Amino acid sequence: MSANANVLNSALGLPPLAKSAERMTDILWLLLVVGVGLGGLFAFKDRMDVYEVSILVGSVSALAAVGWYWRGIRGLSIAVAVLTAIALWRYGVHFGDQLSVGREALAAAQEKDFFLKFLVSSQSAIMWMSALYVGAAFTYFLALFTRTEYIGKIASVLVWSATAFGLAGLFARWRESYLINVDYGHIPVSNLYEVFILFSVVTALIYLFYEGRFKTRALGGFVMLVISAAIGFLLWYTFDRGANVIQPLVPALNSYWMKIHVPANFVGYGSFAIAAMIGVAYLIKLKMGGDGERDLLPKLEIMDDLMYKSIALGFGFFTVATILGAMWAAEAWGGYWSWDPKETWALIVWLNYAAWLHLRLTKGWRGAPMAWWSVIGLFVTSFAFLGVNMFLSGLHSYGTL
Amino acid sequence: MPPSTTPSLAPSSGARGRSLLAFLGSMNLAITLLVAVALASVVGTVLQQNQPYGDYLMKFGPYWFEVFRALDLYDVYSAPWFLAIFTLLVVSTSACVIRNAPSMLREMFTYRSRVGENEIRSMREHVEWPHLPMSVEAAAIEGRRVLMDEGFTFKETRVKEGYMFSARKGSLQRLGYIFTHVAIVVICIGGMLDSRIWLSYQEFVGKLTVETRSVPLSQVPEESKIAATNPGFRGNVNVPEGSKTSVLFLNVRDGYVVQNLPFDIEVKDFRIEHYINGMPKSYESDLVVTDPKHPHDPVKATIAVNKPLIYNGYAIYQASFGDGGSRLKLSSWQLAGGTAGTSQPVEGAVFQDIPFTVGDVKYTLELNDFRMFNINPVPDEHGKMQEKNFGPSVVFRMRDTTGQAREYENYMMPVVMEGRPVFISGMRDQVGGVMRFLYIPADRDNSMATFMDFYHRLHDANLIDQAVQSMLAEVNPEAAKLPAASEAIRAMVEKFVRGGYDAMGADLEARVPKDQLERAFETSARVLQTVLSRMYVTMMNERGVKDVGGEKDERFLADSVAAINALVFYGAPIYLQMTGFEQIQASGLQITKSPGKNVVYLGSVLLILGVFMLFYIHPRRAWLLVRESDRGARVLFATTSHRKTLDMARAAQLMHAAMVAKFGVEPMKLSH
Ligand code: HEM
Repeated sequence: MSANANVLNSALGLPPLAKSAERMTDILWLLLVVGVGLGGLFAFKDRMDVYEVSILVGSVSALAAVGWYWRGIRGLSIAVAVLTAIALWRYGVHFGDQLSVGREALAAAQEKDFFLKFLVSSQSAIMWMSALYVGAAFTYFLALFTRTEYIGKIASVLVWSATAFGLAGLFARWRESYLINVDYGHIPVSNLYEVFILFSVVTALIYLFYEGRFKTRALGGFVMLVISAAIGFLLWYTFDRGANVIQPLVPALNSYWMKIHVPANFVGYGSFAIAAMIGVAYLIKLKMGGDGERDLLPKLEIMDDLMYKSIALGFGFFTVATILGAMWAAEAWGGYWSWDPKETWALIVWLNYAAWLHLRLTKGWRGAPMAWWSVIGLFVTSFAFLGVNMFLSGLHSYGTL
Repeated sequence: MPPSTTPSLAPSSGARGRSLLAFLGSMNLAITLLVAVALASVVGTVLQQNQPYGDYLMKFGPYWFEVFRALDLYDVYSAPWFLAIFTLLVVSTSACVIRNAPSMLREMFTYRSRVGENEIRSMREHVEWPHLPMSVEAAAIEGRRVLMDEGFTFKETRVKEGYMFSARKGSLQRLGYIFTHVAIVVICIGGMLDSRIWLSYQEFVGKLTVETRSVPLSQVPEESKIAATNPGFRGNVNVPEGSKTSVLFLNVRDGYVVQNLPFDIEVKDFRIEHYINGMPKSYESDLVVTDPKHPHDPVKATIAVNKPLIYNGYAIYQASFGDGGSRLKLSSWQLAGGTAGTSQPVEGAVFQDIPFTVGDVKYTLELNDFRMFNINPVPDEHGKMQEKNFGPSVVFRMRDTTGQAREYENYMMPVVMEGRPVFISGMRDQVGGVMRFLYIPADRDNSMATFMDFYHRLHDANLIDQAVQSMLAEVNPEAAKLPAASEAIRAMVEKFVRGGYDAMGADLEARVPKDQLERAFETSARVLQTVLSRMYVTMMNERGVKDVGGEKDERFLADSVAAINALVFYGAPIYLQMTGFEQIQASGLQITKSPGKNVVYLGSVLLILGVFMLFYIHPRRAWLLVRESDRGARVLFATTSHRKTLDMARAAQLMHAAMVAKFGVEPMKLSH
C-alpha cells in the first residue's frame, strides 16, 4: 500500500510518503471534505436533479483527491469556505431565509454591512482578488531581481490569497444571483465577466501547482502578467460596461452542461497561457545568453519541460472540454458539430497544439522554435476565447462585447 | 525512439505499397496536414457561411462574388477541396496506426530479455557495482525488490553465473497512442455518416435538384424531395401554432430540398416566458407526434431549448421561433396627391402579398413579419442606455413593377423619444442595409390623425394660398396685392412638401447668385415656417383646439416639419399603420436523425482515454543484471524510455538511490 502511494507520488513528482502525523492530517482532510459533501447532499437533495447530484459528487471527489496529493489545496479550500461562509452568514443576517429580495435590497445590504462592503460581497472579493494578483506580479519580479527568497514567499502568499478571494467571490455571486431573483439564479460561469474571473483563478492554481512541484518562483511574475492582463480587461469591463451586473441566463445556456463544459475549457486556456509565458521567459533567457552560473531563471531544459507539461495538461482538458461542448451542442442546437465559429476555433486551437506535441515528441524538436510556437499559440487561443465573440457571429450566445 | 522515424526495412515484395504507406503515415505529412486543416478551417469562420447569395453579391460585387463562389467559400466545410484535406488527414492517421500499431502491441507484451551486458552499459541512465560484498542470490533479491517497489513487472532469466531481470512498466502508454489515433478515425467516420455526402452524391448524379424559389410546398417538384428513408439528416421547419408538418427543409447553398418525415408533428402551442426584466427565459412548444401507422397512438411532449424530444431515433429540437401568419389590421395612409393624409383600412396576414395601386402605379405589399416585443436600448433622462419595449411591430416590403423593393418596420404604438411620443418607421432600401428611421409625432390622443390632417392640408393649394394671403396681409399689405408674390411663396411651400429642404435649396441655387444663397435660404425657411405655422394654427382651431401656440404646439409643429422633410426619402406611396392584430406564432423546429452520433461518442471516449494515457502513463524499461564476481556479486542496472523527459531522468536517479540504500555501497560509475 505504502509502496503504491510512493509510486503515485513519484509519478506526480511529489515528495515521498508522509510521516504518520501527516498521514493523520491527510485522513482528516478526507473526512472533512466527504463530510461537508454529504452534508450538502442531504441538506439540498430535494432541490437538485440527478445531474446536479452527480456534479456535486464529482466535484467533492475531485477536491478530496486533489487535496490528498496537493496539500496547498487544503488551506485554500478552508479559506474559501470561511470567506464564503462569512458572506452567507451576512446575507443570512440581513435577509433571513428569504430566497430572494431583489436588486435594491441586495445593494442596500452590501452598502451598509461592513463585511459585505469591504470583504466578501462578490464585488469586493473580486476587487481584492484583482489587487492581490497584480500585487503578486510586482512582488514576484521584485523577488526575482533582488534574489530574495522571503519576498518570493510573500508573492506566493499573495497568489494564494487572491485565488481564495476569487473563488469566494464566485461563490458569493452564485448566492447573490438567487438573492436578486430566484429565476436569475445560476452558477457564475455564464458570461465573459464571470469566466475572466474563472480564467484568473484556474491559471493561478495551475501555476501554483508547478511552483510547488518544481520549487521555483522565478516564473511567477511571467504568469501573473497574463493574469494581470485578464484583470485589466475585467476592470475595464466592470467600470466601462457595467458587466458585473448579474443578468439572468439566456435559454440556451440554461443547462447542466455549462457547469462542466466551461470550467474544463478554462483548465485548457489557463495551461496554454502558462505555457506561452514560460515560452516568453525561455526566449528572454536565450536572448541573454542562455544558462549560466548565477541564473535568475530556471535552466532552459527545465523551462522547456514545463512548457511541454503545461501544453499536455491543457491539451487533455481542452479535448475533454471540446467533446463536452459537442455533447451539449447536440442537445441544445440539434447537432454535435455545426462548424459554428466558436466550435471551429476550438478545433483550430486543438489542431495547433496537436501539431506542437507531435513535433516535440516524435521529431524531438526543442528550444526556441517551440517556445515561439507556444507564444503564438496563446494568440490563437485568445482569438478562440475572445476574438470569436468580438468579431465573428454564430450560435454561441455567450458574452458579446 | 519514435516509431514513425524508424525506417522500414524489407524493400522486396509490395515495396511500393509499403512506401505509399510510409509516405501517408509519415510525421511530416501528419504535421503539415494538422496545420493545413487548421488554416483551412479559419476561412469559414471569417466569412459567414450559407447566407443568401444576394447578400454576398451585395458585399463583394459581381466579380469577387463569382470568384469566391468558384472556390466554394460560401460553404467551405462541404467544399470538395476542404473535404479532401480533411480526408487526407484521416487517411494519414490510419496509415500511421497501421504502420505503428502492430509493433507497439507486440512490444507492450514483451520483455527485452536478450539485451547484452555491453548494451546495458551503453545506456545513458546506467550504474554499475563491480564488487558487492554479498552473494549473487542476496543481490538479486535486493535488486528485484527495488524493481517491485517502483511498480515494474519483470521477467527473470538465468544467465551464465547469475540472473537477468528485464523489466517494464507503463506499457499501456502505447495503447494510449493506439486509442488516440484510432479515435480520430472513428470520430471522422461517425461524422461522415451524419454528413451530407449522400445528398451531394444524389445531386451529383442528377437525382436531386436544389430548389431556389420560395414557393408553397405543393409547388416543389418531386426531384427536390427526399424520401423518409434517408438514413441521416438535419433540417429545419417552421410550424405555426395549430398546424402540422410532415416535411423538413434542408438548406443547401442558396436553396433547399424537402425532406419527408415518416410521421407528422403538430405544434399545439408555442410559448415564450420572460424574466421580469423582459429578457426571454424559455422557449417551449407543445407537440403531438403521430405515426401514420398508429394514428390512434400519438406522442405528446413539450420541448424547450436544451430539452429535445427523442422519438424513434429522431431528435426534435426547439431551434427558433417566428411568425406563423398573424392576422393584421392596418390603416394605409396616402402620402401623395390630393388624397395625401387620408387613410383606408387594409386587412392581411403575415406572409401574404397584397397588390394595390396608387395613381396609376401598381405595387405589391408583402407582409413579412409581426413582432410582439421589440426590446431596444434607449437613452434615459440621464443619458444612460436602458432596455425598453417598443411594443408590436409589422415588417413588410413594398415592391414596384420593376421588382425593386424597400423594407419597412413600423411600430404600432407611439414610443416616447426625448419626452415626446412618436410613431417610428424604419426603412432600408437594401437587404441587410442600415435602417433609417422616420419619426411621426403623435398627437394628444396618441394618434397620427393630427399630423396626417396637417399633411393633407399641405397638399391643398387653396389652403396654402389662404395662409400665404393672411400672412402677407399682416406683414406686407402691398405685396399681398401682387399675385406673383403669393404665387411664388405657394410654389415654395409646395416644393418643400414634395421635395423637402433639398428641393427648396436646389430651386434657390438655380435662381440666386452664389454669394447670396445662404441669406436667401434663411429668408425662405423663415417664410416657410411662418406659413406652416399659420396653417397649423388654423387646423388646430378647426379641430376644436383654442389656445394654440404653447411649447407643446411648437414642438409638434417642428417635429411635423422634420417628418415631412424626411418623408421625401421614405420611398413609399403609403404609410402603413397597424391598428390591430391577432398573433399566431410559429415554432422553429430542428429535426435530426444522426446515425453517426454514437460512433462519434465512442470515438470521443477513446480519444479522452487515449490522450490521458499518452500523457500520464510514463513508459519505462529497466534491466538488472546480477553476476558473480571474484569478491561476491557484480550488478549492472539501467533504465530507459522511448519518452526522454526530465521526469524520466529523475526517476532513474531515484532508483539508483534506492539501490544504493539496499546494497549499502555507492556504485562505481553514475552516468550523469
Ligand atoms: C488528427 C490527427 C492527429 C491527432 C489529433 C493526434 C494526436 C496525438 C496526440 C495528442 C499525441 C500525444 C502526444 C504525446 O504523446 O504527448 C500523439 C502522439 C503521436 N502521434 Fe499523433 N495525432 C494525429 C495524427 C497522427 C498521424 C497522422 C501520425 C502519423 C505519423 C501520428 C503519429 C503519432 C506518434 C508517432 C505519436 C507519439 C506516440 C508516443 O510518443 O508514444 N499522429 N498524437
